[in-house]
Amino acid sequence: MTSHERTGQAEPPDLDVVLTSRARIARNLSGLPFVHRATADQRQSVISRVQLALEPECCSETTTWVDLESVSPLQRRVLYERHLISRQHADQQGPRGVAVAQDESMSVMVNEEDHVRMHALSPGLQPHACFERVLAMDKAAEGAVEWAFHERWGYQTACPTNAGTGVRFSAMLHLPALRLTRELEKVRHAAKDLQLAVRGYYGEGSESSGHFYQVSNQITLGCTEEELLDRFMSTIVPGIVEYERSARQALLRRDRLALEDRVHRDLAILRSARVMKVDEAMRRLSTVRLGVCLELIPNVALDCINGLFQMIQSGHLQQQAGKSLSPPESQAARAELLRQRLSG
Amino acid sequence: MKCDRCDRPAIVHQVIISGGEHTEIHLCEVHAAEAGVPNPGKQPVNKLLAKIATPTEPSAIPSCPGCGATLADIRKSSLLGCPQCYDTFEEAIGIMIESAQAGGTRHVGRGPGGAESVHAKRHESRRLVEELDRAVQAEQYERAAEIKAKLGRLSEQQPPTSGESL
Repeated sequence: MTSHERTGQAEPPDLDVVLTSRARIARNLSGLPFVHRATADQRQSVISRVQLALEPECCSETTTWVDLESVSPLQRRVLYERHLISRQHADQQGPRGVAVAQDESMSVMVNEEDHVRMHALSPGLQPHACFERVLAMDKAAEGAVEWAFHERWGYQTACPTNAGTGVRFSAMLHLPALRLTRELEKVRHAAKDLQLAVRGYYGEGSESSGHFYQVSNQITLGCTEEELLDRFMSTIVPGIVEYERSARQALLRRDRLALEDRVHRDLAILRSARVMKVDEAMRRLSTVRLGVCLELIPNVALDCINGLFQMIQSGHLQQQAGKSLSPPESQAARAELLRQRLSG
Repeated sequence: MKCDRCDRPAIVHQVIISGGEHTEIHLCEVHAAEAGVPNPGKQPVNKLLAKIATPTEPSAIPSCPGCGATLADIRKSSLLGCPQCYDTFEEAIGIMIESAQAGGTRHVGRGPGGAESVHAKRHESRRLVEELDRAVQAEQYERAAEIKAKLGRLSEQQPPTSGESL
């Protein structure tokens, strides 16, 4: 049973394949250098102006502002592991921060590659809802700041590949069956032909982990925001979702017993192991997630598995332990957490 | 911008200066391949930037008055220095953007100020001009007259656009 069933809320669409959807808008203040050429004072000025412009969004009771320059590397790592900031934002130097909604449905990165990157996040395939929220945020800010805008190139961004709308839609897809049936390359090729990027679990520059793939539009110029959204939703993403479902059914038809064995074997290892590296845990959790979605495993909740993908990361384990952990200590803490959470 | 040889969007742009003569070539992916011209859209952005920004005469390379960045800086970081770089290095950056954006040559999305903004009205004008072309080509003259009337009303509402034909 999912948390949505328990609370009587509607189940987010396509949750069996789509972990989350996201819409992002990149903006820069006019009259200031982009972040990588800005002085510390200029970056501080960006923070002050953006906080003021996005006051209801950034500074409300349900939103927390995190000054990334002053928090610990571990706190930055946890934010990164929760997909609230990028690796670049965590690792770079200088004044920068992020506003995070309590329910983590929204985050605003300030002074990452661009002055402002506004994100809205929803479970399942709901990019329209994400876009509405992020657009509302952009409109609210527009009344208080002047965004850098060029009549021909649209909203100006540090990397010209984001120019124009500055809008990127993405979906985090769980594609274990396409991986098992070796069909994933077809998806990659089809996505490339449709100007969509396929990235790993942590977005740009990251590898797939736990058979998660982030699909997003590469083109941001020459189409309206609605056209970009329409293309994203009407072409490949629902197609990949159906393709993954077909592959899951094909695996069941081909050899149900072998699939059941694989799923239960991985669950048993997760419930028993005393040490576990993160890659192994992600891989085995992915198989268990597949088993839960195909109803091969009773009494394991999908949201429990979804949450574990984050909780087993080393930053989260160290935060939970309240101290720095060596790699062997992390592996032991991870295995202990998995045993606790998945105990039958 | 359209291909010199067909109606598809041009993704390869070359400027040839020979004997004082300045020639521009704009080709779509198909005709670029036929002509043996490599498609820059197939290359990563940093390689594109490196290619465009390789200085032949370092002393002749300007820097951006807004931030001091040169094309060499942009090549190194793969990032522009400030909004003004878009105008300072318009030609080089324009080629790069069009290649990276699969031939997209102009922003057609939202702009500051909402539907009543100058940007929105100019955008609407461009859309109507394209619609008018299609109506004329299809010999839908009543439709074309309606679009012309809409264009007339729009042009009364907005200031003239310098250097931009609608």
